[in-house]
This record gives sequence, C-alpha cells and structure tokens, in this order.
Amino acid sequence: MDIKEIIKPENLVYSKSKVQIDTITHYCPGCTHGVVHKLISELIDEMGIQEKTVGVAPVGCAVFAYNYIDIDWQEAAHGRAPAVATGIVRLNPDKFVFAYQGDGDLASIGAGEIIHACNRGENILVVFINNGIYGMTGGQMAPTTIENMVTSTTPCGRDHERNGYPLKMTDLVAQLPGTSYVTRQSAQTAASVRKCKRALKKGIQNVLDKKGTSFVEVVSTCNSGWKLTPVQANKWMEENMFPYYPLGDMKDSEKGEPVSNN
Amino acid sequence: MGELRLMKGNEVLAEAAIRCGCDGYFGYPITPQSEVMEMLMERQPWDETGMVVLQAESEVAAINMVYGAAGSGKKVMTSSSSPGVSLMSEGISYIAGAELPCLVVNVQRGGPGLGTIQPSQADYFQAVKGGGHGDYKMIVLAPSSVQEMNDFVDLAFELAFKYRNPAMILTDGAIGQMMEKVELSDYKKRWTEKEVNEKNGSWATFGKPSTRERNVITSLELDSAKMEVNNQRFQEKYRRMEAEEQRYEAIQCDDAEYLFVAFGTAARVCEKAVEIAREKGIKVGLLRPITLFPFPKDVIKELAPKVKGFLSVEMNAGQMVEDVKLAVYDAGCNQHVEFFGRMGGIIPSPGEVVEALEQKLMKEGK
Ligand SMILES: Cc1ncc(C[n+]2csc(CCOP(=O)(O)OP(=O)(O)O)c2C)c(N)n1
Ligand code: SF4
Ligand SMILES: [Mg+2]
Repeated sequence: MDIKEIIKPENLVYSKSKVQIDTITHYCPGCTHGVVHKLISELIDEMGIQEKTVGVAPVGCAVFAYNYIDIDWQEAAHGRAPAVATGIVRLNPDKFVFAYQGDGDLASIGAGEIIHACNRGENILVVFINNGIYGMTGGQMAPTTIENMVTSTTPCGRDHERNGYPLKMTDLVAQLPGTSYVTRQSAQTAASVRKCKRALKKGIQNVLDKKGTSFVEVVSTCNSGWKLTPVQANKWMEENMFPYYPLGDMKDSEKGEPVSNN
Repeated sequence: MGELRLMKGNEVLAEAAIRCGCDGYFGYPITPQSEVMEMLMERQPWDETGMVVLQAESEVAAINMVYGAAGSGKKVMTSSSSPGVSLMSEGISYIAGAELPCLVVNVQRGGPGLGTIQPSQADYFQAVKGGGHGDYKMIVLAPSSVQEMNDFVDLAFELAFKYRNPAMILTDGAIGQMMEKVELSDYKKRWTEKEVNEKNGSWATFGKPSTRERNVITSLELDSAKMEVNNQRFQEKYRRMEAEEQRYEAIQCDDAEYLFVAFGTAARVCEKAVEIAREKGIKVGLLRPITLFPFPKDVIKELAPKVKGFLSVEMNAGQMVEDVKLAVYDAGCNQHVEFFGRMGGIIPSPGEVVEALEQKLMKEGK
C-alpha cells in the first residue's frame, strides 16, 4: 500500500492538538513538563475552552509555557502564580484560569500564596509539577526533595536534621475547605498519562462548574537535574518518589468532602 | 459642583476609587492607611458598581493580584504604607517590566524598618528612583490635600493607562489621616467587557478569541539584543512622561528671591512659612512638585536664574534635594540649593522652616 493511501483523514487515530504550538520546546528530552503541556493543550482543545482560558506561568523550567500552548498567558514572579491567578479570576469570574507551577515555585517561595489561594477556594486549577528539585537553576534542593537525595546543595544527600523533611503540599491543601478536587498523578507510562489527563479534565471541569480550587500534582522527573537518563529517571521516580508521594485522589468533593461555598 | 463632604484622606482614596470606575482593589492592612480597605469593605462597591475588593494574605500577594488583574486590562489598585510597599517592590518592577497599568498608593510612615507610624516622606527615593530592581520608572503623584487625594486617583489611572505603566500616589500619614472638606468626583461607569476589549484587547489577557494571536504578559526576555530593545522602549516612554507630564504648583514665585521646594505635607508647612517670611519682608515663594516623577525640572530651570537660592524642605534626611540640585545644574545655574528636614515622623513647623531659610541661604556670603 502506498503511504499516500494511508495518510487520509479517515485513518487518523492521533494528532497534535491545535492548541499546542508547533515549535521545538526548550525542555530536556524525558522531562515531564512537555507531557503535561501536551495534556493541557489537548484538554483545552477537546473541551472547547481556548477562548476563555488564561494560563499563569511560573518561574522555573516552565517559565516559557506561554511559547507552547496557544492561549492568553501571564508570566508570574517566582511563587506568585496563585496570587496572579486570583487577580485574574476575581475580576473575570467566567474565565478558566489555571496556575502551572514547579515544586520550588509552589512549595518553597510560594508556599504562602498557594495555601491562601486554596483556602479562599479561588476558582482556579493548579497544576503542580513536583520533580523534587530546582530544575531551572541547575538542580538544587527543593522543599520536596526526598531524604538522602543528592542535589547540588545537598551533595551528601538531603538530611532532615539540616534541611527538614520533604514537604507534602498536596496533603496539606487537601485539608483546606476551599479545595474541591485534590489528586496526585504521574505521567511516565501510557497508562499514567491517560489517568493524569482524566484528572486534569476533572480539575478543569470543576473550575468550569465553579466548585473552588482544583489541585493536580504530577510527580515528575527532572532527568537533567537528577543526572539520570530519561528511562533511569522514570525508574528512580517509581522506586523512590512514589513511596513518599503515593499516587491517587486525596479529595473529591463529589464524593462528599467539604467544599467552600466561594 | 460635586458632592461636598468632610472626610479623611484615606477614606477619600476609597471613595474616589469607587467613583472613578475602578474594577478591583487588593490590599493588606497597615497603619496609617488601613482605612482605605476598611472604607471599601464598608461601602461594598461589589453591589453598587461591581468593583472587587479583596484582603490579600500579604502585600506580596496583593501586588501580584494587582499584576494579574491589571493584565486582564482592568483598572486595579492597591494601597499600603512604607514597609508594605517595600514588599511590593518586586511586583511593581514586574508590572513596569510587563508594561501594565495600575495604581499603587503609599501612605508613608517613618523608617527604616518598622520605624514609626507617624507621617514621613522617606520613601521619595524608593518611589522615584525605582524601589524594585531594574531600570524602571513610575509616574508619582504627590497630593498635599484631601481634595487632591480625591482628584489624583482618577488622574493616576488616566496616566497609568496612557503609558501602560504603574502610577503611584505618594502621600503620608498626615494627609491620610486628616479630615478636610472635599468635593467628590461624579461617578464614572466601570468599563464594560466590550470596552475593555476595545481599549486593551491588543495586550490584555482574558481568553484568546480565534480572531487574534494570543496575548502574553511577561517581563522576561533572555535574548539580550531583544531585551535591550525593550529597555530602550521603556526609557523612551519615561522620556515622553518627562516631556508631557511634569506638574507643579507655583505659589508666590513671580517676585521671589528664594524658593522653597516641597511636596505633600511639607508643602503645606511651607505655604505657611511663605506667609511668615513675607511678613518679615523676605521675598520667598513655594514651588510644589505635584509629579515627583517626572520631576518638574523645566520650571526649576526657568526660575533658577531669577532667584538667589532654593531650600528643599522634606520630611526625611534630604532626598528630593538631589533632584532640585540636578535641575539647577542642568539649567547651567549655580544657585545655592540647601536642605531642611525633620525625620522620625516629625512634621517641621513653619517657624523652623523660615529660620532654616535665614540660616542656610540668607547669611552673609551665601
Ligand atoms: C525571587 C526569585 N528568586 C530566585 C529565582 C531563581 N529561580 C529561578 S527558577 C528557580 C527554581 C525553580 O524550581 P521549580 O519551581 O521546582 O521548577 P522546575 O524548574 O524544577 O520545574 C529559582 C530558585 C528567581 N527567578 N526569582
Ligand atoms: S532541567 Fe529538569 S525540569 Fe528543566 S527542562 Fe530539564 S528535565 Fe525538565
Ligand atoms: Mg522542580
């Protein structure tokens, strides 16, 4: 069969979402950011919400998210994405606003903003890329870095005596009445990518339904920062991060957990 | 004639915001400006005009909420006092870098550190020379009466949108707390979504319709060659502000041999000092900068050759005096420029200002 006979619209089983911009990204091969960008692009496309979506990009490797997803974007200062998203959504309550943040951004410098945005039940989706490290600045310890993990600022491994314990932000925000859906996902296999997409979709739908804050953590790899190949990084994540950051839904207001009336 | 009221400066800021069609206020309590948000919460403008008022968890959060909301093309503001404005400085720099319009009010108190809650003008440098990082400027308006607290809110928004730049009202605890008669502005309607789109749709982020490219609000540009072009564009804008927006009030300057230069509360003191000095036969006038950036240097250039000297009177250790000196120098003049000020939250008395004039400028040999 000639290739031209195969490439026909009726044979199409998969294509790049039109919301995903056709360009080379700056992400390292194997980086989770790219996969999650793809999922968000697909969902914005499939759910037909491009015209009402405003994304808030973090400071971190995803700072250039606005070059990859074809929607209106604001680039926030380090850690402040939830406050920026609050400002947008409070004045534009019918828009879909999401904050996309790394773990240094969300759990360290921006710990205050995320707690308060979730506690107010801001009607936003938070996408939390937890790769346990500061990717952008070259692999320093993040608040989420697991114990004994070697980073450029914990060359002998993270030691709780000196550096405290890895922070489980998702468990924390699940306690807050303002959050409606809180889940921890990953995106290293075809199956986990599909699950992650379902979780993101639910988070988006909850925001469209004005249910308060949806919070989707994606336990992620930073193979460059971890100094591992993409395949090794996936394995390392499964073996070392999943036990400390177990996957699954932590809160689902549809199943009866308290939600704020915000 | 608008509605006449007897009101506190801080309360007037809130009232003026509602009346000028402000879309949102985000703030955090700090003395001596907490009445701004208290008044807004009391007035509940969300029922009346649809204006959003939110108490943020910190000044850092407040200014970033302003950034987000301003990015959506709407009229938004915050207010704080000195320590809070320090915390906002990073955000103000981002807002300037992303070229967003907004209003920041600083009802100054004395510093450094926690300092004092009494009035001060010690944040002049912070307001006009940057405050945050990077080469940026804000339009800085300095009201000297409760009436101007009313008038400058609308003016600040007008200038902020004209230049797509943050504007600041730099006032102090005295004007914030004092009660005076004020003629309130008439109500202006908030912009409709359609108007926001027409006016600001070329840059604002409220969702990308299929008819335009996506809008991206950012201050980031890693390519130095492009970043320098951005910097040049900002600087050009600041030069345009200098050319078009210098504002001042000249009181008894026509025949003056000496000039006080003072803004805000210090200018009120100097008005009285002019009276006292004139009774003593000293020909002195008052030049009151209304815009601190752009500094009204053109009028100083014009007046400098006609006078014997300037006395910059400030409630700080001597900050604006540097800009007076620069303006006199730029005019090719060598008149004496002296400084008199009080710190720590103390307002100088008109008597001590006149005495300083006599001591510093009128003694033999000066
Ligand atoms: C105020 C401020 N402090 C520090 C930095 C430097 N900085 C840039 S990115 C970053 C860490 C980002 O880590 P993370 O949020 O985990 O994102 P990742 O790159 O891992 O996705 C830091 C500390 C900054 N840009 N601004
Ligand atoms: S440094 Fe890490 S987080 Fe950044 S792009 Fe590379 S793999 Fe991804
Ligand atoms: Mg990280």
